[in-house]
Amino acid sequence: MAPESTPPILVEINNLTKSYRRGVQIIKVLENVCLNIPEGEFLALMGPSGSGKTTLLNLIAGIDQPDSGLLRIAGVDISLLSESELAVWRHRNVGFIFQFYNLVPVLTALENVELPLLLSELPRVRRRQQAELALKLVGIYDRKDHYPRQLSGGQQQRVAIARAIVSDPVIIAADEPTGDLDKVSAGEVLQLMTRLNQELGKTIIMVTHDPRAAERASRLQHLDKGVLNACTV
Amino acid sequence: MFKLILRNTLRHRLRTTLTILGMAIAILSFGLLRTVVDAWYAGVEGAAADRLVTRNAISLIFRLPLAYLNKIQTIDGIKKVTYGFWFGGVYIDEKNFFPQFAVELPTYLDIYSEFVVDPEQRQVLVKERNACVAGRKLAQRFGWKLGDIITLKGTIFPGDWELVLRAIYDGVEETTDETRFFFHWDYVNETMKKNFPTVANQVGWFISQVEDIERAPLIAAQIDATFANSLAETLTESEKAFQMGFVSMTKAIIMAIQVVSYVVIAIILIVLANTMAMTARERQEEHAVLKTLGFQGRHLVTLIAGESVAIAFLGGLAGIIAIFPAAHFFRTALGNYFRIFNVSDETLAICLLIALVVGVVAAIFPAWRAARVPIAEGLRRIG
Repeated sequence: MAPESTPPILVEINNLTKSYRRGVQIIKVLENVCLNIPEGEFLALMGPSGSGKTTLLNLIAGIDQPDSGLLRIAGVDISLLSESELAVWRHRNVGFIFQFYNLVPVLTALENVELPLLLSELPRVRRRQQAELALKLVGIYDRKDHYPRQLSGGQQQRVAIARAIVSDPVIIAADEPTGDLDKVSAGEVLQLMTRLNQELGKTIIMVTHDPRAAERASRLQHLDKGVLNACTV
Repeated sequence: MFKLILRNTLRHRLRTTLTILGMAIAILSFGLLRTVVDAWYAGVEGAAADRLVTRNAISLIFRLPLAYLNKIQTIDGIKKVTYGFWFGGVYIDEKNFFPQFAVELPTYLDIYSEFVVDPEQRQVLVKERNACVAGRKLAQRFGWKLGDIITLKGTIFPGDWELVLRAIYDGVEETTDETRFFFHWDYVNETMKKNFPTVANQVGWFISQVEDIERAPLIAAQIDATFANSLAETLTESEKAFQMGFVSMTKAIIMAIQVVSYVVIAIILIVLANTMAMTARERQEEHAVLKTLGFQGRHLVTLIAGESVAIAFLGGLAGIIAIFPAAHFFRTALGNYFRIFNVSDETLAICLLIALVVGVVAAIFPAWRAARVPIAEGLRRIG
């Protein structure tokens, strides 16, 4: 019997530190965080408010820069990238899901999903096809011409997920994706994320307060006052 | 991207509509004020380079003897000379003001070729001593027809002066003044000879047409030298400088109008900048989301500047369209004061350019700020 192969490490974090300045006060949010995330993992980050979990997610997603430490994703030390390089990197590698969906209210579901593709070289027809495919994948294609205000919270989050996966990113970063949803919608969104992880092999890093959401993850990490405590599900 | 700019522009319809309206009013005001200034300078612009005006050196209100005519005519380089004076009569009522001149009609019409008179009408006009000619717009204003008797009440030259309209002139260009009124200097002079002989045989000014424009300053100096140390010394200048003399009397007013027109633009710039700053602030989170998706500062600058320029352009366009009926109203209501009130192409181009510049400038600060706000700050969430 052949030994089971270990998936390669996608996210490599070593001694990561991050602090914020509020007036004259410096607040340490993350302190010497070490974490490795293998490719295809569904990781849940939990912790009390102010523990630094969203900050850690933001750093991994390349929307914030660490003060010190190593932050290597798919072999690229993103802490060394300039702001514009980081923007390009984010576009190619990260899909982000927000708690409040954050869809552009003046664009339809389809146009919202197509939005990240505007930065690609794809022709308009190809962009449309790809956006429609993403909507089909999350099961909301029939609402493609609806504006966000015409959709329920669960439907909006599905559109947001479609937007996150439309450019086929390496990592999906989700910041409390079920935080604003009722139980049924939350269950549907989590099921969808599980499918993305299991069927499409997407690496998902999810910040959550909800233990039921965390149960869907393949690994759970707790953060407390900026320090990471390992805990395997 | 263009679609997003357009949708963003229409996001707050009331706010956008009010801003466009404000912009339209500002551009309309600017365009009209500029046209007022242009109208002020219309006489200067209409002046010909080959015409010299000779008047009394002391002041325009003092006259010159007609006898100077022969001497001026003999100066080398002068093609033709005409003369006349400002009549300043009242037609029915003082509010019916229009410029009236008693001139030596045949030579005057030769020199002022921009006033086009039908040859048949001209023949009668020149022959009849109490004939007069009016500009097309002036005739239309009072509904005059050929053969009508026009009675002017003299204010400088006492009495009622009955004149018969024998010709109506058209301007050779759209900007030519068609509100003037001319009749024979001889007609007035004959009466003066009888009733006020001391003021007879006098003219307000001579107008000389020169053969070579290059020599005009020299000829002007020569005319003045001819009458130096006489009882009525002369001042000869180009027609443009002569007209400019009138304009400079009201320079302070023109300056005030120009300042007001730029103040109006400055105000709308501040209003639009405030609108855009408010818009950008409201969309701070949305901009952060766009940045998360990979959009860069330059994309946000395009979005904000695009929206700002779109609002400014629409407002500018509405203002420009409104200038035409507004100018027509001004022309109708204030025709006595502004004989030429045409909106020039230059004014329209400047209005459009200003609208676009206002749009760009108004977006600079909000766009710069939106591009610089860190994503995490934009999302306002720190876990």
